[in-house]
Formats: sequence, structure tokens, C-alpha cells
Amino acid sequence: MPQIFHRSANGIARFVLWGAQVAFLLVILVWTGLVRSEFFTEVARAPRQPVPFSHRHHVGELGIDCRYCHGGVETSASAGLPATEVCMTCHSQIWTNADMLAPVRESLASGEPLRWQRVHGLPDFVYFNHAIHIHKGVACETCHGDVDDMPLMMRAHSLTMGWCLSCHRDPEPNLRPPAEVFAMHWKPPEDIERVRKSLIDVLGIDTATMTDCYVCHR
Amino acid sequence: MADAAATRAARPPVLRGRHDRDEITGRIGSIVLRGRLPRLFWPAFFVAFLFVLLFFFSIAWLISVGVGAYGINIPVAWGTMISNFVWWIGIGHAGTLISAVLLLLRQPWRASINRFAEAMTLFAVAMAGLFPILHLGRPWFFYWLLPLPNTHMHWPQWRSPLVWDFTAIATYATVSLLFWYMGLIPDLAILRDRARTRAGQLFYGILALGWRGSAFHWARFDRTYYLLAALATPLVVSVHSIVSLDFTFALIPGYHSTIFPPYFVAGALYSGFAMVLTIAIPLRRAFAVEDLITARHLDNAARVMIAAGMVVAYGYLSEAFFAWYSGDTYEQTTMWRRAFGPYAPLFWVMLACNVGVLQALWLRRVRFSPLALWIAAVLINLGMWLERYVIVVSGLANDFLPSSWGTQSLAWLDYGIFLGSLGTFFALVFLFIRILPAITIFEVEELADEKAGRA
Repeated sequence: MPQIFHRSANGIARFVLWGAQVAFLLVILVWTGLVRSEFFTEVARAPRQPVPFSHRHHVGELGIDCRYCHGGVETSASAGLPATEVCMTCHSQIWTNADMLAPVRESLASGEPLRWQRVHGLPDFVYFNHAIHIHKGVACETCHGDVDDMPLMMRAHSLTMGWCLSCHRDPEPNLRPPAEVFAMHWKPPEDIERVRKSLIDVLGIDTATMTDCYVCHR
Repeated sequence: MADAAATRAARPPVLRGRHDRDEITGRIGSIVLRGRLPRLFWPAFFVAFLFVLLFFFSIAWLISVGVGAYGINIPVAWGTMISNFVWWIGIGHAGTLISAVLLLLRQPWRASINRFAEAMTLFAVAMAGLFPILHLGRPWFFYWLLPLPNTHMHWPQWRSPLVWDFTAIATYATVSLLFWYMGLIPDLAILRDRARTRAGQLFYGILALGWRGSAFHWARFDRTYYLLAALATPLVVSVHSIVSLDFTFALIPGYHSTIFPPYFVAGALYSGFAMVLTIAIPLRRAFAVEDLITARHLDNAARVMIAAGMVVAYGYLSEAFFAWYSGDTYEQTTMWRRAFGPYAPLFWVMLACNVGVLQALWLRRVRFSPLALWIAAVLINLGMWLERYVIVVSGLANDFLPSSWGTQSLAWLDYGIFLGSLGTFFALVFLFIRILPAITIFEVEELADEKAGRA
């Protein structure tokens, strides 16, 4: 009876058996890296908006407060997007004929809101609440980054669960006095360590329960 | 004394008649190599395949509509997905017992039935593994149960029975697969050598991993095979114990008896051997291998069923007794409502099958009548499924507050998924019989040689 397999079959078999294991490890390794890459987390990506609204101009150069447009941030879960009328408080007076603002004028005329593209989207099973973070001394810029330097809004952080937990497990380094949460590029005072320690007590931050599942998932 | 000797003498032999190697290899090998199949093989496969399609359809429906599409409800949020899971994983245990424990105990009667019993284990575990995933609200995230370096930055919740199940099933599936494949290698080499087509030579040749049957090969084979048997043996006990702890972890009356782990393991072996008989009896008849899978095998399987079944019956008794003895109102009410509440008919059918039908097996006449034994095995399979369903549902239906009592009923999807999984299981068994030797060639040859005094 002739040989069924050539001598090289031994080598091929070994290569396949070992290679399969290496490939398995590689898949895990690549996947681990891939889900952390900006390609997946969408960090530093600015989606196309109906109007190219510049936070750099409005916040950085003009110094408008966050709450002027995002009025719900202190009282509700969602910070809220401004109604067309809010844009028009200024733009009925200045840049009234700018091409760039045509969609805003159309929106006002038709009553149809502008369709902004959400930049900081969380999965539906995450119940994030802006108000509680603002009141417990977590600043806007802590999560949203240097908004005053963004010509178009983009993500500054990955918003993965690991990123959320990194603060929920140890909130102290991210705290500041609630009066300062809307400040951009806030410089911590000399005695910030002591302030942060006392903030935990003063603001009643219950670190023991902050990683319980129901805090974010109901 | 004389009676005992007479009974022993009356026991049928493990192999009937005299066999030589060529004949055994030819008979078992030709099923695979030449497709020597009974006339109704492919029509029967076709019927099973229709149920495979039903299974796919039901799963697609379940995933697209959500878990509310089958019978579960609040407060009965565990339903047929859990009872199917427990039932299927239990069935696997007989295969592991036959292949591992009987190997270590040097029981010669395991040789003819171990291969398909192991295949049965593997397919049953494959079916079982699907159900905890289908039970999830978001089945596509099942891999969150793995300790992967994910971006959540936390390990799976080790207090959750889901994670225990995942680990238990994964371990069980891995060991079962390795054990089954290890035992296949010498047979695959036999098939490779007898294959007449190039495709057959390549297929069996690649799977045989270069087995030449040298003394070194056999020495290593034995060492590995016994080592794997020793690894698989604790799994017979541990896997179903973990499954039972899934229940005790939920502080629900009726889920909480300390008898649960041994009672579940006995139930697993009981239903597993019932499934072995359900498959073995038609198989030996259809392929005319009654001289290889003899009355002895059926008799032994029935005896194991008596032993395991009586432990299960003791479990029922113990559950009822401790409910009364505990003096705990909730436990007592749950037991009472299990027998006389909304699920009472299922409970009594379960008792009739698992305890009532079992008693027939004491009769030698029943054990030696394949038809009677097959009917008993099927009824016991049904009873064991009902047992799991009754445990899962009746506990949750009657918890601590009567105001929150409620029931669940079975939707079409419950039937679709269960019957679909049965069909898929049998379709896999059919394919296995067609592609791989369902009876271990080399071990039966060895047995025949020993019997003929040639070993």
C-alpha cells in the first residue's frame, strides 16, 4: 500500500496544531488592543453636524457659560441641547445672513428642531445622570475635555465602563469644589489634597456603594 | 448460595458468539466507509433535520423578539431554558460515567457502548451549553461571562451562578471532547487503512494524527487515556453539583434542600442512562449489532437506572420530609403547592414516571425485553424533564409573599426550542453514526480476542 501522506505532512500537522494555539492567543491580543483603540472608542472623532458649531469660538473666545445652552445639567439626568430659540438669542442680531446659519433660521421658521449628532452616547442600559456628578464636584471638563479648544465637538475620553469605574472606584483625584465645576482649565489650589478629602465628607460621597451594579444599571 | 450462582450463570455474556478482528472491523467500519445503512436512516435524519430548522427558527425568534416571547413571567423568571439546561447536562453524565468510571473500574461491558455514549455526552453538553445563553436577556453578550481583558475593567461576577455554569460547562465540554477524540484515534487509523477513496484516506488520515499502532503509541495512548479518565471522573459528580447550587443560591423555598447536590447527580445518571437506552435499543436493532450490544448491556444499564432512580426517589422523600421537619411555613407551603397547587398534574406525572415506571425494572422480564425497556426509558426521560421543570417553576411560583404568587405557562416557543434541541441532538447523532464508528472497534476486538483466549 502506498503512503497516504508525504513526509512533509508531519511538519504541516505540527504547524497547524501549534499555529492554531498561537492564532487563538493572537486573536485575543489583537481584540484586546482593538477595542481600546480610537477606532472603536471614537475618541477624537468629530461627527458631521447640521451646523458646524464651534465650542472653541463660543466657549474659548467668547466665554459663554456651559449652562447658557446646556440648561438641564444641574437639575436633570440629561444636560440638554439648546432649542433653536437659544441660538437665536444672539443670532437674530448678529450674523443674521450667514450661510452657515441657514439651517438654524430654517429650523426657527419651520419649528423643526436641528438634528444634532450625539457625540457622547452611552448604551441604553447605562443610566448616566449629569446633575448628581455636577453636585458632587465632578467638572464638565473632567469628562468632556478641553471643550474650549474644539472647533467641532469630539470625544475626549473613551466612555468605556472601565473608564467610568476608574473614577467610581477612586473618585478623590477628580473632585473639585462644586463652585468650580464649570470652570475651564481650573488650577487646583495648594491644599487640594485636603480639600478633596473634606469634599468626600462634605458632599456625602458614599464611596462604598459607588461601584454597585444598580448605581448605573437598573 | 446455589441460587446466586445460578443467577450469575444465567446472565448473558458481554459479547454473543465468536468474533474475529476482520469481521468486527468490517462490520463496524463498513457502516462508515461504505455507507451500509438501514433503509430508514436518511428519512429519519430528514425528520430530525426538520426539527433542526425549527430550532434555528425558534432561536432567531427568541433573539429578535426577546425573552418575553417564551413562557417566563414575573415572578417565574426562570423557565424552560433552565429546565432544558439541567435536563441536557444531566443526560451527558451517563456518557462520562460509562467512559471514565467504568474504564477505571475495568468493566468490560463498557467497550461496545462507550463511543456513542461519549458522543451523546458531547452533543448533550452542546445542547445544554446553549440554554444558559438563550436564557440571557442579551445573548450576544454571553462572552462577558469569560474573564477576558475587556474594557469593563472588572472580572465576571463570581457570585453569579451564570459564571459557575459557564465554567462547569466549558470544563465538561473540553474534557468530554478530548476524551472522546483520544478514544477515537486508533479507530480512525483503522478506518484510514481500510478507506478505499482518496478523500476517505485523507479525512480519516488527518484525524488519526499519524497513528501507527506501535508499542510506543499504545503505551502513550493507555497512559493518556487513563489520565483523562481520572480527570473526567470527578466531573461526573462536580458538574451537576454546581448546577444544583445554581438553585440553592437563590433563596427561594423549594430550591434550598441540602440533598440537592447528590440528588441532582443521581438524577443526572438516571436520565443519562435512560437516554443511553433510548438510543442503544433502536441502534442495535437497526444496525443488527445485537451480538455486540447484548442483553447484558441493556440489563446493566437498567440496573444502574434502578440504583440512581432509587436515590432520586429518596431525594423526593427527603425534600418532603425536611420541608415538614424544618417547621418553615414557606418551605412547607411550597412543597404542598408543588403537589396540590397549579403544577400538581406535572408533579404527579413526574412521580409516576420517575418512581412508578422505575419499579417495573426490578422485573427481569422487563429488563430483558428491549421494547418494554425502551418505553420505560422514554417515560423516565419525560419524567426527568418534568422534574426539572417542576423544581424550577414551582419554587418561584410560590415565594414568601402570597400577594406575589404567580404562574407561567408554556408558549409555542418553549415547545419549539425544546423539540428543536431534541431534533438537533438526534441529527448530530445520525451524522456521527454516518461519519465515525459508533462502536469502538479496537476495544471490541480486544474483548473478542480475550474471550477467544487469543489475547
